[in-house]
Amino acid sequence: MKRTAVDLWVGIFVVGGLVALMVLALKVGNANTVSAGRGYRVTAEFENIGGLKPKAPVKSAGVVVGRVESIAFDNKKFVARVTLLLDKTYEFPKDSSAEILTSGLLGEQYIGLDGGGDEQLLKDGDRLTLTQSAMVLEKMIGRFLFNKAAEGPAAEKQE
Amino acid sequence: MIDAIRQVGAKTVNGIWKFGCATRFSFTMLARSGMCLRRPQLVLDEIYFTGVLSLIIIIVSGLFVGLVLGLQGYETLKRFGSAEALGTLVALSLVRELGPVVAALLFASRAGSAITAKIGIMKSTEQLSAMEMMAVDPHARVIAPIFWGGAISMPLLAAIFSAFGVFGGYLIGVVIIGVDSGAFWSQMQASVDLREDVMNGVIKSVVFGVAVTLIALFEGYDTPATAEGVSYAVTRTVVTSALAVLALDFVMTSFMFTGV
Repeated sequence: MKRTAVDLWVGIFVVGGLVALMVLALKVGNANTVSAGRGYRVTAEFENIGGLKPKAPVKSAGVVVGRVESIAFDNKKFVARVTLLLDKTYEFPKDSSAEILTSGLLGEQYIGLDGGGDEQLLKDGDRLTLTQSAMVLEKMIGRFLFNKAAEGPAAEKQE
Repeated sequence: MIDAIRQVGAKTVNGIWKFGCATRFSFTMLARSGMCLRRPQLVLDEIYFTGVLSLIIIIVSGLFVGLVLGLQGYETLKRFGSAEALGTLVALSLVRELGPVVAALLFASRAGSAITAKIGIMKSTEQLSAMEMMAVDPHARVIAPIFWGGAISMPLLAAIFSAFGVFGGYLIGVVIIGVDSGAFWSQMQASVDLREDVMNGVIKSVVFGVAVTLIALFEGYDTPATAEGVSYAVTRTVVTSALAVLALDFVMTSFMFTGV
């Protein structure tokens, strides 16, 4: 086959385009984080998940150890059931606890895992029993105001 | 008064007529693109013409769009004390929107206008008719290779644009301003999703490539056989494909990025 300069340039162009796509996929995107084949699933039930969304990170001691896979509503117990996909390289005791935290004042919400002291380790399909719901700002303010209001008249009477 | 209404009606009917012709033109072209498989050299030449020759403008504009995004984004994010989110801002805006759309607009004005002028002049100098006389099908020999060349080039150009844009944002953010390099990349990777963002951007650029090339080819093929006709056709190509890209972008965005 006859080779021309056009072929060379087209080759350079196509390879360059594919390299750019690879850069976008690997360097910019997150193609190299936990995928379904290399992880195990754990469920946790929360009374209130606040603004937690699927794909939010699961962190332990600040290190990302997995992601939130799905969020469903349990219609019998009226709680949110969150499925976590954890990286296989990280193992946690069975009595680990999960809580919903916020990164920064306005940041996204994530799940924090605290390791427990159990001998047995979490396996695929296990359920985390110790959970703590997200803080809802309105409820906190409501409680604060209620406490203040209850304090007010009592303080006056003492005088 | 009656005349004005009549004109509106005529314009509408004319537009629908033209749309129908364009659809028939596209189907004819697709049905006869078997020749591109047997003679891939034809498509390679067109990739060279539409893709390789557009590389310079795509790379330079991508770099500068990234630089500007880095500067503007930093100035705004600094106020909220979250300059590390600069990577997220630059990458998401490039991969989702700016990459495909700006690359398609540049592609329309750089390659689309050239395609229209080429086909238009071939038609007005009766080269297309001459081919038919010689039993060479102009759809298969000239038009289909240009279409496939454009449709293949455009997604690659958009990817190159986005990659250089991210590099531009990195240059401004990390090298010049001094945002932490690790935070820049890790925040970017945490928020850019392979399927949701990168793949949707690629789908967008494929659709834009097909749309711009089809518009350019049809405007050239449909041009009146005069010098003035060709010049109008080139103008219409740039205007129509810019509008089509922006409208399609809105429609696709509203389908792709809802919920979550």
